Amino acid sequence: MVKDNKLRKIRLSANPTAEALADLRIGDIVYLDGTVYTAREGVYKRVLEDGIAMPMDLPADSAANFHCSPAATQHDDGSFDLGAVTATASFRFSKWIGPWLDASGAKLIIGKGGMSSKDYREHFVPHGAIYLTTVGYGTGALLGRGVKQVSNLHWKKELGLAQAMWVLDVENFGPFIVESDLDGNSLFERENARISASLDKVYEGTRPAILKRFGETDDRSDEMI
Amino acid sequence: MINIEVIQKTAESLMAKAAIEIPDDYLTGLQKAANDEDGDLSSFVLEAMLENYVAAKEDRRAMCGDTGCPRWYVKMGNEAQIDGGPIALEAALRRATANATKSVPLRPNRVHPLWRTDHDNNVGIGAPEIEYGFEPDGNWIDLVTVHKGGLFGTDYRMLFPSDGIEGIKRFYLDSLVAFGKRGLACQPAIIGIGLGGSKDTCMVLGKRAACLRMVGDRNPDPKIAALEDEFKELGNNIGMGAMGFVGKSMVIDCNIEVGYCHTGGMQMSVHAFCLSSRRAVARIYDDGRVEFRTDPAWFTDYQRRETVEW
Repeated sequence: MVKDNKLRKIRLSANPTAEALADLRIGDIVYLDGTVYTAREGVYKRVLEDGIAMPMDLPADSAANFHCSPAATQHDDGSFDLGAVTATASFRFSKWIGPWLDASGAKLIIGKGGMSSKDYREHFVPHGAIYLTTVGYGTGALLGRGVKQVSNLHWKKELGLAQAMWVLDVENFGPFIVESDLDGNSLFERENARISASLDKVYEGTRPAILKRFGETDDRSDEMI
Repeated sequence: MINIEVIQKTAESLMAKAAIEIPDDYLTGLQKAANDEDGDLSSFVLEAMLENYVAAKEDRRAMCGDTGCPRWYVKMGNEAQIDGGPIALEAALRRATANATKSVPLRPNRVHPLWRTDHDNNVGIGAPEIEYGFEPDGNWIDLVTVHKGGLFGTDYRMLFPSDGIEGIKRFYLDSLVAFGKRGLACQPAIIGIGLGGSKDTCMVLGKRAACLRMVGDRNPDPKIAALEDEFKELGNNIGMGAMGFVGKSMVIDCNIEVGYCHTGGMQMSVHAFCLSSRRAVARIYDDGRVEFRTDPAWFTDYQRRETVEW
C-alpha cells in the first residue's frame, strides 16, 4: 500500500553547512546524522533568564536543538535506557527563540508544529537557521531507533528528567519534514492557507454560539499561535 | 478476595501494553484512513505512523516519546472484594505507575503546576487520576489504563437549547480546525464529545467517549448514533489531514456521550484521543485469573441508566 509520492528524502548533518541548508525546500523529508541535544523551557529559562553558563560548547558540539523530552530513564550506575523520542510543541518557546539562537548558534530547531513565519523571518533567517518538524505526531519508536547512544545528560538534578538537557548521538535519525527554509517560508502556513480557502463551505449549516466569549474570532485563517 | 499483588503486577503489564501496543480497533481505522488519503504529505505521515507502530512492538519501546498522563479507570463487580480494600488498591496503582515509568520507560510527565517539581515517576498530587465505576453482579475488577496526551485538542463551551444542532456542529468544527492546524491535536484521532451534565461531568463524559469506547461502536440511542456518523464524515470533509496538511483524515471515529443537564443549558465538550491511542484493559477475578483486552467496555446499560432503580 506504500504510495509513490514525490517527496524528496535527504540525509543531513546535525552540524549542517550553509550550502546543505540552502538546498532544502519546505516539504522535504530529512534524516539526521551527528549529535542533537534537547532544550526546552527549563533550559531556556536557566540560560537566558538566570544567566547560568551552558554545560555544552554550542554550536561546536551540536547545532541541532530538539524541543523534546525522551521517554527514558537513568539507572543508578549512570547508564541510560532510552525508549521513544518525540517533540513537544515549539510555538510556546517563541519569546526565547531569538536570544537562544544568539546564545547557541543553532542551525536546526527541531520540534512539533513549527513556529510562526514572523519568528522565522525575525530570528531564523538572520541566523541562517531552519525548522524541522517531527512527523505524526509522533514517530517516537522510529526516532528512538535512530539514537545510537545518550552521550550525556546535563542538569538532571536541577530540572528533572523531562526538562534536562539530553545529548543524543544519532544516525539516520528521522523522519523530519522541512517546515521553514532559509527565506523564512513556512510549510504549515502554506497548508493552512490552502485549507482555509474552502472552510466557509464546510461551515455551511452551522451557527455561531449565542453566548460569545472574550477574544473570540471567526477568522478561520488565523494561525492561532 | 482479589489478591493485591496480582492487581499491582497486572497494572504494571497494562502500563507497558498501553504505551507500546496500538489497539487493533484504532489501527484498523487508521489503515483505512491511510488507504483513503490522497494528500502527498498527509499520506507520508500516515505511512510513517503505521511503520512506527510496528517498530514499537518489535523493539518493545513506547510508540510515542510523549507517553501522556497515565490514569486509571477501575470498575468493580458488585460482589468483588479487594485484599486490603480501596486504600491498598490505590497504593498498588500508584506503585505500578511509578515502577512502569522506569521499566518501560515512560516519560516522567507529571510535575507540580506551579513549582514544576518532577518526581520522575508520573506520581504526585492527584496523579495518576483514579476513577471508579460499578456493575451489578460480578466478582471481578476491571483495570483500565489510559495515557492520554495532555495539551491540545480539548475544549468546553456552555451552549444553550437555542444553539441547537447547528451550534453543536459549529463548536465541533471550531475545535477540530483550531487544534488541527499544524497537527497540534495529533490527528487523525478518536474524537469524544460530551453533551450535558454540568461543566465538570460534561468534560468527564467527553473524555470517556474518546478514551473508553471502541472505534466503530455506536451510542445505543439511534439518533445519537446517526449524529456520530454525521460528525465523523463532517470532520473528514474539512480538507485537513494529519499534521494539518491538506488531506481528509481528521477523525478515526466520533463518539458522543450524554448526561442530563440543567433545563436551560446544553454543555458541550470536545476531546481528541491522539494518534497513539494508549489504552489497555485487564479483568482480574477473585480466583486469580487475569484476562487482557483492549475494549474498556465502560459504557454499559448500567453506566447509562436513566431510571431511579436498576
